[in-house]
Amino acid sequence: MLTFVAILVDGLIYSSWLFVVAVGLTLIFGVMKILNVAHGSLYAFGAYASASLIGAYFNAGWAPLGSFAVILLAALIIGVALGLLMERGLLRFMYGRDEVIIVLVTYAVFLILEDVIILIWGTSPYFAYQPYSLLGTASFGVLTFSNYDLALIGLSVFIGGLLWWGLTATRQGKMLQAVIHDREMALAFGIDVTRMFTITFVIGAVLGALGGAVTAPQISVTPGIGVEVIVIAFAVVVVGGMGSIPGAAVGALIVGMIRATAVHLIPQVELFVIYAVMSLVLAFRPKGLFSRAEARKI
Amino acid sequence: MMGTDKTLTVLGATLLALVAAGFLLPDWAVFLLTLSLARGLVVLGLLILWRSGLVSFGQALFFGTGAYTVGLLVLFAGLRDIVALTVLAALAAGLLAWLVGLLLTGYRDIFFAMLSMAFSMILYGILVKTELLGSTDGFNVPHPTFLGYAPAGEKMRVSIYLWTALVSMAAAYGVHRHLSSTMGQLGAAIRDNEIRVEYLGASVRRVLLIQVIIAGALAGAGGAVTAFAVGHIDPDAMAYWTVSGEFVFVTILSGTGHILAPFLGSLLFELIRSFAFQYSPYTWQMVLGTSLLLIILFLPNGLWSLYARLRKGG
Repeated sequence: MLTFVAILVDGLIYSSWLFVVAVGLTLIFGVMKILNVAHGSLYAFGAYASASLIGAYFNAGWAPLGSFAVILLAALIIGVALGLLMERGLLRFMYGRDEVIIVLVTYAVFLILEDVIILIWGTSPYFAYQPYSLLGTASFGVLTFSNYDLALIGLSVFIGGLLWWGLTATRQGKMLQAVIHDREMALAFGIDVTRMFTITFVIGAVLGALGGAVTAPQISVTPGIGVEVIVIAFAVVVVGGMGSIPGAAVGALIVGMIRATAVHLIPQVELFVIYAVMSLVLAFRPKGLFSRAEARKI
Repeated sequence: MMGTDKTLTVLGATLLALVAAGFLLPDWAVFLLTLSLARGLVVLGLLILWRSGLVSFGQALFFGTGAYTVGLLVLFAGLRDIVALTVLAALAAGLLAWLVGLLLTGYRDIFFAMLSMAFSMILYGILVKTELLGSTDGFNVPHPTFLGYAPAGEKMRVSIYLWTALVSMAAAYGVHRHLSSTMGQLGAAIRDNEIRVEYLGASVRRVLLIQVIIAGALAGAGGAVTAFAVGHIDPDAMAYWTVSGEFVFVTILSGTGHILAPFLGSLLFELIRSFAFQYSPYTWQMVLGTSLLLIILFLPNGLWSLYARLRKGG
């Protein structure tokens, strides 16, 4: 029973982290049909920026609770700056080229940014544990959880809800849905698709950076943290169906729960169980759980 | 096109040049050439897939399988012969490619790329957690023998190199034959329009499956000779997804215009890497990424297209 609760809560925490990390990726793919490998770099940049800003903030001696605003600020700055730079500066010249080629372009950006991170922040680890310890812990009987981790669950639900509301209840969101369904038709109806692309990419980039920014207090921020994130985020997105936001939520839940189960019961399989699940899902649902059927074009 | 096969002559001449280079060049250059040829084998497989419109982002799965097959057989079966081991590694990787290919060939574009990556990460996850195989540290591979001949010292390096050169050129010829066969020619048609190929009465999945198997076996052979040349295998250098990324990079760099292009591209890749590592170890990935971008932007058909362009102009 105890193990079950532990698995459930750990799984939820891990799922929320996965959702925050993966939702930006799926949003960008859904709208732009771009599989953004550089999403991992955005995550890493967000983590580094957040760690540095938190460090500076606490050195200045301001009210500790304000550090949460600093985390959000770091994600916003990084996401908007890098997102605009990547989309306006590079990707827009690639639209219309093969999807696989665009994957390779973002892979190149990822490689470049990996070293930019080292050039800016060096190779020694950064720590920003203060916000993490600030919130204390919560106990359920003998089990103890960090409140920071539990707050992540709330954050992911909030982000999911916000995106859902934005997409279904606002004018801009409905226009975006039109772009998702049929780019050319949306263009014909006078929607500025280019602008939609830029906005979507920046939102996706901010989400990626946010994933890193909220993770920074939990880990030691070191070079290479973005590499693993990419593949895991891909797995989540693919399980749920690429481009679907509810899909990302369900994918994150499935992957998160299964990993938590593996960690508690059979730790040896922890690393590859995620990909095994992904392969299994794809064997039965080739385009993921939440995907629309596509017409064959002759 | 029938009668004299020009490619056979070119490959034979290249092999002779490679053999000569093995005796003339300094030790480090021979080692570099060995690694380039081994990587070229993997890229040769990617070239076949590329021509059929597929990009595998998980070729490290077969590369790693080849290397670890060699390692396992050396450690636990006491096999030392490089010829048998290379063949067995290629077979093992080919067999795995057949199994994985049954699922993979149902996918195209980025789905194919990402699913192949996921499969390679399964292998990585298993290797990292297997204490018996040294987990993340991997283990050392002892020197091989060559059909009973056991060279010592410097001769060992040259022998491994000569074997790699022979395997590479033989593989290049095999791939050339495949690409000129009806099945190989179907690749371009599949790339253009699969449904039309089906209407013509050919099975797209069967063609792709066979090509995935060939590519897998080639990557297995590449992994096997790399294991011998380096003398050490570990999951990060053999099976991580970034290794697959490098293979794809070399494919783009080389271009798919000729079966020798992968080997030239790999050589250039190893050269850039050696020098970048020596002079600025922290900007190596940046050099890689920038060249990848430049090639995609300005030389979309790879280095080989430069040669083709020159010949056309001249």
